[in-house]
Amino acid sequence: MSNNKKKRSLLNTIAESQVWKSIFRSGVPRTRRQRMYAVLGNVFLHLHPARLPRHAVKIGYTWCMGGLSFFLFVVLTITGILLMFYYRPTVEYAYTDIIDLAEQVPLGIMRELHRWGAHAMILTVWLHMLRVFMTGSYKPPREFNWGVGVLLMTLTMFLSFTGYLLPWDQLAIWAVTVGSNMARAHPFIGHEGPGASLLAIGDINLVHSASDVRFALLGGRFVGEATLLRFYVLHCIAVPFIAMIFMAVHFWRIRKDGGISGPL
Amino acid sequence: MLGLIKDFIDFLTTPTISFTLLTVLTPILFPPTDWFDKLSRKLKVDKLWTNKGGFVGLLLITIFMVMGYTDPNFSKILMKPDNFPIVLLIYSMFFYIWWGMKQAYENDARLAEGKKPNEYHDPDDKVLVWPDLVYIEFIALLLFMVFLIVWSLLAAAPLEEPANPASTPNPSKAPWYFLGLQEMLVYFDPWIAGIVFPMFIIIGMMAIPYMDINTKGNGYYSFKERRAGYFIFMYGWLVLWVYLIIVGTFFRGPNWNFFGPFEFWDPHKVVALNNVNLSEYIWVIGLEKPLPSNILLREAVGFLVVFAYFAFIPLALSKTLLKSMYEKYGSIRYGTLMFFGLSMLALPIKMYLRWVFNLKYIVSIPEWFFNI
Ligand code: HEM
Repeated sequence: MSNNKKKRSLLNTIAESQVWKSIFRSGVPRTRRQRMYAVLGNVFLHLHPARLPRHAVKIGYTWCMGGLSFFLFVVLTITGILLMFYYRPTVEYAYTDIIDLAEQVPLGIMRELHRWGAHAMILTVWLHMLRVFMTGSYKPPREFNWGVGVLLMTLTMFLSFTGYLLPWDQLAIWAVTVGSNMARAHPFIGHEGPGASLLAIGDINLVHSASDVRFALLGGRFVGEATLLRFYVLHCIAVPFIAMIFMAVHFWRIRKDGGISGPL
Repeated sequence: MLGLIKDFIDFLTTPTISFTLLTVLTPILFPPTDWFDKLSRKLKVDKLWTNKGGFVGLLLITIFMVMGYTDPNFSKILMKPDNFPIVLLIYSMFFYIWWGMKQAYENDARLAEGKKPNEYHDPDDKVLVWPDLVYIEFIALLLFMVFLIVWSLLAAAPLEEPANPASTPNPSKAPWYFLGLQEMLVYFDPWIAGIVFPMFIIIGMMAIPYMDINTKGNGYYSFKERRAGYFIFMYGWLVLWVYLIIVGTFFRGPNWNFFGPFEFWDPHKVVALNNVNLSEYIWVIGLEKPLPSNILLREAVGFLVVFAYFAFIPLALSKTLLKSMYEKYGSIRYGTLMFFGLSMLALPIKMYLRWVFNLKYIVSIPEWFFNI
């Protein structure tokens, strides 16, 4: 294989080795063809097409906000996994585990990265939606993907909301109490909602404070031990799982709808 | 002098004043018709979407923030680590809307000259994702990570006293991104503010691409071609969502009373509440009779008002003012648009009814938890 006549750089030597080639298939991407292959042959990069219209790579057009939202989702997943090593979702341990996280864990800014990252993600998702609106990119053929986006935004906020409870401090339980009190007033399925009293068999109310939608969300009549576990599972597994599925659809549809929007 | 300015800002931020100002300002910022467009240009508001305008805007926000961070009362609220996202929200909403509108106005001018929008390039002249996009993504990601790490080093994540179900903080606030909804609770019962409105927002947003049949302005920044849609969206987004979040976070103190930014959060502030239901207005004050015991009779006028609002108004408009629109949109699309539009408009209407007439509920049936 080796061609000793040409002087070669270290990079080239590595890129021509059997190990490198087995992983990336091609050498250092220099020619147009190789560069396109570098994108097509890589499972992560091939979320992108190989070539794009010029305006699509201008920061002024997309503000990078969709990409940053996804990046933050990845950051939150990684920091979240690290936090799970230390955190136990019980009334007894939750609060003290959070204190330990700050005081005992070396270089402990995981909680900060996770919390501020979550706030930031809500902002980037909102800004992404704003840019999609301002460029009219929700118009045909991208109507469906806008809808998927709205659901992703809702899921992002719900993810943030379920995570808010986990430190189990005053801020946490009261914010979640205020938020989940609304569920009590859900028409028909909340025990203080209009129509709930219609769902009765004879004198027996089917919807009461121990059977309504708020009870299902909290696992009790108020924010307590069961709520902590429920929110933990929702926050760490259920909602990220659903969000990931919607993200896959979102990204797939960007390509199927003809790639990034642009003027004709 | 500074004190006077602060008093003036406190006065301006009162919900009645600031909401009215913003409601008047939105059609001038995003003029939906020729008339507003002329007004906007006459008042030179369109100059906001230039480099100079953006600079002045950022400067004004910064002056306000500096005044806030140095004020003994406002700094207490601004310095809460969980409130920092609202500072970011204010800056980023202004900056990105400015950035988008600037490009939109530039494109509008190009289109008026018969040119293609700035985004247009020869379709055969494409760039390669590797390296052109991959590098931009990589740099954006690095810068953002640096920003996040600096933020994390400077501000510790808050941790208050351990959870105590027996001691309710006053005020109790939901996380900031839900405070728009919590603010709506002032004007509507939880079943509307907490359940029906959020559902309408989600479904209504998803319906936008199907309700907006204007095919122009797809894939480039533009304003003029889509100005009515722009105006409706921006009013909903900026005034009925972002503004309410800012009010909920910064200006709502103990007992959910309003406090201007530079005002002290006095837990003993008393605000007289003497709100009256529509049924009481009609039976007790108007007809000078006791409220009828039959619930449906008692609330008949309220039901009629709500029904007329959602059924009669769209019907009447489709035969008169919006006749051509009705024919273009078809009945289903027209009906959907009207339904979500009127639902959105119900919020400011209820707010003004409360402020002007102390109206509590249009339909009030506490027996069934059914108050509108
Ligand atoms: C977790 C949240 C989200 C993620 C990670 C995400 C990610 C992305 C990415 C990476 C793109 C490529 C172009 C760009 O960066 O702008 C994109 C495009 C798009 N997104 Fe999202 N998005 C999210 C939420 C939303 C929301 C809330 C909406 C709208 C309500 C939305 C609607 C769209 C549409 C219509 C496109 C196609 C735009 C075009 O072709 O110009 N997405 N999204």
